[in-house]
Amino acid sequence: MSTAAPAQTDRFEIGGRSFTSRLIIGTGKYRTFDEMKTAHRASGAEMVTVAVRRVPLDRSSESFLDHLDPALAILPNTAGCYTAEEAMRTARLAREALGTDLLKLEVIGDQTTLFPDNEQTLEAARVLVKEGFVVLPYFTDDLIMAKKLLDAGCPAIMPLAAPIGSGLGVQNPANLRIMREQLPSATIIVDAGVGTASDAAIAMELGADAVLMNTAIAEAKDSTKMAEAMKLAVEAGRLAYVAGRMPKRLYASASSPLAGVVR
Amino acid sequence: MSQRLLIQINGEPREVKENISLPELIASLKLKPEQVAIELNQEVVRRAQWESTTLEEADKVEIVHFVGGG
Repeated sequence: MSTAAPAQTDRFEIGGRSFTSRLIIGTGKYRTFDEMKTAHRASGAEMVTVAVRRVPLDRSSESFLDHLDPALAILPNTAGCYTAEEAMRTARLAREALGTDLLKLEVIGDQTTLFPDNEQTLEAARVLVKEGFVVLPYFTDDLIMAKKLLDAGCPAIMPLAAPIGSGLGVQNPANLRIMREQLPSATIIVDAGVGTASDAAIAMELGADAVLMNTAIAEAKDSTKMAEAMKLAVEAGRLAYVAGRMPKRLYASASSPLAGVVR
Repeated sequence: MSQRLLIQINGEPREVKENISLPELIASLKLKPEQVAIELNQEVVRRAQWESTTLEEADKVEIVHFVGGG
């Protein structure tokens, strides 16, 4: 008889780093820095994303990094980049400023949907992996693209659930399931489109190794409560996936014995 | 009298003094050096090279920091 590993040993690894939490969250759109910090704590996340931008000239700007818990791993992104070239420049600047090789590679293809430009993403991934980056690419939930990104040397891949900031939840569960089944040893992080706790649980039940989200927490009426809800949902979804769900049946299957019923 | 150079910082035209080094540029902009990265003509300048890097006419400088994002 096999026994399930206790939850505390169920760790999640990326590029040699090991995490207990399978929830990665953003730092954008919070109403205040205090609200962000409180939500971060409630989420239990151990890694947060940040964006790279030009400093404003001629006015003092608050140093954003001072508002992050120093224990958090920082995952800089290339959000807002529309070409491989822009993303590569942004990545190199982020590495120089933070001294981290971690990178959320994001090359956008279209302003309305913010859907990724998979071709440019792959091109940038190939170069950046060679330069020593731990490239975590955001891409369309497509198995073939997933394989190419893994072949390029990405230690984890980040398919979208739905458009960034849409809160629509997992739009194509079959694609994520296929990706999980066909790439059993890949680290899959569902990134973008989660709206509420059940969406995160579904992503995890489909076999994602982790979920990355920003807006679902930052734009909730009570971001701290939603952060905790997401923490619990990710844990619940993970446990359910590891537990192995019952098969679906079209018809009923009685839970109580059929024999010995009082007539 | 020292000459002035016309350069671009984050896409904006700027006049700076001749032979200005990157630490001097950062200080003149009142930025905290430890939280920014600098690109000169599309190449990152490693922090260790800031001191020895001086700007020339028409250089394009990008100075970035971190902001909230997803």
